[in-house]
Amino acid sequence: MIDYEEILKIAPYSLCREEKEKLLSERLIRLTAFHYEQCGPYKRMLDAVGVKPEQIKTYYDIPFLPVSLFKELDLISVDRSEIFKVMTSSGTTGQAVSKTYLDKKTAGNQQKTLVKIVSDFTGSSRMPMLIIDSPSVIKDRAMFSARGAGILGFSIFGADKAYALDDEMKLNIKAVEAFLEKHQGKKILLFGFTFMIWQHFYKELVRLNRRLDLSDGILIHGGGWKKLVNEAVSHDEFNRKLHEVCGLTSIHDYYGMVEQTGCIYMECERGHLHASIFSDVVTRRAADFSPCGFGEPGIIQVVSMLPESYPGHSLLTEDEGVILGEDDCPCGRKGKYFKVIGRLKNAEIRGCSDTYAVNFR
Amino acid sequence: MRSISDKLAFLVGSAEILENIDKLPPFRIFDSTVIEFLSAFSKTLSADQRTKRYPDVATFAFWCRKASVESLKKPYADVANRLGRGVVFHIAPSNVAVNFAYSLVAGLLAGNANIVRLPSKDFEQVDIICETINRSLTEAVRPYICLVRYERSEEINAYLSRKCDTRVIWGGDNTIAEIRKAPLKPRANEICFADRYSMCVINADKYLEADNKHIIAQNFYNDTYLSDQNACTSPRVVVWMGKNVAKAQAEFWDNLYPVVKEKYALQPARAVAKLAALYKLAAANEGARRQESVDNLILRVRVESLNENLMDYLDSCGYFLEYKAENLEEILPLCGDKLQTLSYYGVDPAEIERFVDTFRPKGVDRVVPIGKTMDFSLIWDGYDLIRSMSREVTVSKR
Repeated sequence: MIDYEEILKIAPYSLCREEKEKLLSERLIRLTAFHYEQCGPYKRMLDAVGVKPEQIKTYYDIPFLPVSLFKELDLISVDRSEIFKVMTSSGTTGQAVSKTYLDKKTAGNQQKTLVKIVSDFTGSSRMPMLIIDSPSVIKDRAMFSARGAGILGFSIFGADKAYALDDEMKLNIKAVEAFLEKHQGKKILLFGFTFMIWQHFYKELVRLNRRLDLSDGILIHGGGWKKLVNEAVSHDEFNRKLHEVCGLTSIHDYYGMVEQTGCIYMECERGHLHASIFSDVVTRRAADFSPCGFGEPGIIQVVSMLPESYPGHSLLTEDEGVILGEDDCPCGRKGKYFKVIGRLKNAEIRGCSDTYAVNFR
Repeated sequence: MRSISDKLAFLVGSAEILENIDKLPPFRIFDSTVIEFLSAFSKTLSADQRTKRYPDVATFAFWCRKASVESLKKPYADVANRLGRGVVFHIAPSNVAVNFAYSLVAGLLAGNANIVRLPSKDFEQVDIICETINRSLTEAVRPYICLVRYERSEEINAYLSRKCDTRVIWGGDNTIAEIRKAPLKPRANEICFADRYSMCVINADKYLEADNKHIIAQNFYNDTYLSDQNACTSPRVVVWMGKNVAKAQAEFWDNLYPVVKEKYALQPARAVAKLAALYKLAAANEGARRQESVDNLILRVRVESLNENLMDYLDSCGYFLEYKAENLEEILPLCGDKLQTLSYYGVDPAEIERFVDTFRPKGVDRVVPIGKTMDFSLIWDGYDLIRSMSREVTVSKR
């Protein structure tokens, strides 16, 4: 397989379409062949759809596995003894959680890739880091939740770290103010999950009627807008309100999923999510899964160069998105840029068996 | 008592009727009082302009008319000494509009007073039927019907369960488990419609001879896509017999496609779910092969063998497992207790009868031609609804 170390040396947003497609196709087709050899269930899936890895010409032709499969199946492409970490999605109680099995190499590449991508936005020097979450999230290391993994992954950018919330998810305003006092005049990195920031940081600051000076800070947040859509908070309003309470101007959302940790899609200064050279997004039509054109909303497929210990290099999400363009974002970064519209609507279907009992929970 | 009926929305009936419902004398089965009421109701419903918009309501109205009920009555001609058990409490499925009405009518024809928990989902069909019942009610029948909606409540389930002599639970395994937390009276019985699946058997050669392939396609569409292929009666496995299977398959699905294309809207989330179902099946079953298709509307998977585990890999909204069988005996592994309806085309039903007789599978409760899977019958899921909801009075002359 192409040495990923070599690929990591390439600047994450430096390749134009032809260059990137060549590099991605080469690596992803090899990954497909590797997983086909190493993972029995994956081989049977490809056999079922009549795809032979050696016949694939471009990464657009690689089968995409619906992410829900990782909730139902244990998909592993290395010897089980090499698995040292199982990443889980933070599903609510009672729901099946997604499991991705990591060996040292894949986990290491996830971390290195994340650093490359995020540094493009933050610069490469470490900053004091305020984590808008509770320290308890990362305590159970045996089972890594997506939230815990996100925090640990981003912690590498922090020189000195503090948690803004206590174990009960209450804003620890004293700790926050002390931390800002200590690092006065320095650029601060803030990291957290979109909904947590809104619910437990922003709203609490408003309630306490406190203002913080983070005008020189940079906030990176992810985890999705689903809960905020329920509260009717838009992306713009989120940014505006945070600016109001703490002067933040540099706010970057990111899109990513636990099944492809490391390859996140960062929001640029122009408000666009960007695909780095390490991964890509393809939007597909629900009618026949053919690729959409730019500007045409479709189901988001994500491909990533990283997954070696599990066959998760080409996945079909349950999100709808639209690719806005490629190589020509005014921010200067190459690659596709896009926006996420939201979850695919899961309209109830007809039939005899119903959801009555579920309502009791 | 007051507090309970305050939590109920009565679409038909009232708190007072509910309170006294268990003090009524039952009717005889197929009592003329009930048949007359249904006849008047059927006329009013058929004449309603709104009924034309809903084929399911129109079908129900047709089923309730006098001639239809008289023919339903025929098999029970020699059991006139049966009376209703008393009160039947029906729990209707929340996502099928008209099912509750069939359940109610079965309860009435069996001679009972009826409490029905209506679907929680808002269907205009439910409103049309309830309004029409209210307009058609005679004084003799009025005390026998309470149609209610209520928010999830173990308290109300328990109250209504204590009141009834028969409880009828539609809605599948989860609903059954939930409702069963509420105890019944010692003599009460229960009819439960659990999660079931269905299958279709087609003789390829007979199909190729058919000159009405587009009608067969329409019928198959009604059996499947019309209810998102998620009704217990919807075939999810298609078994092919005969010689020219490949040719027959090609023509069968080619004929179905335009019907689906014209009428069916596949939700994007369901397209993804069908793909996931395919991969999940393939991961565990060597030899599963996706069959060519124009798009995602019809997803077919050929399987190399039939085993009971396949029942765990079924899906809906146009997802079909296909198998080529040399003889009926091969389908036996799929005929476990979860198999409800076996529909057929070009296969002699007598042959299916012999198969059931020989192998005595735990499943297969109904054997019907393609296009008839959704037809409601008073014998459903293996239960004779009239007998299950009535009791026989024996009088010894000496």
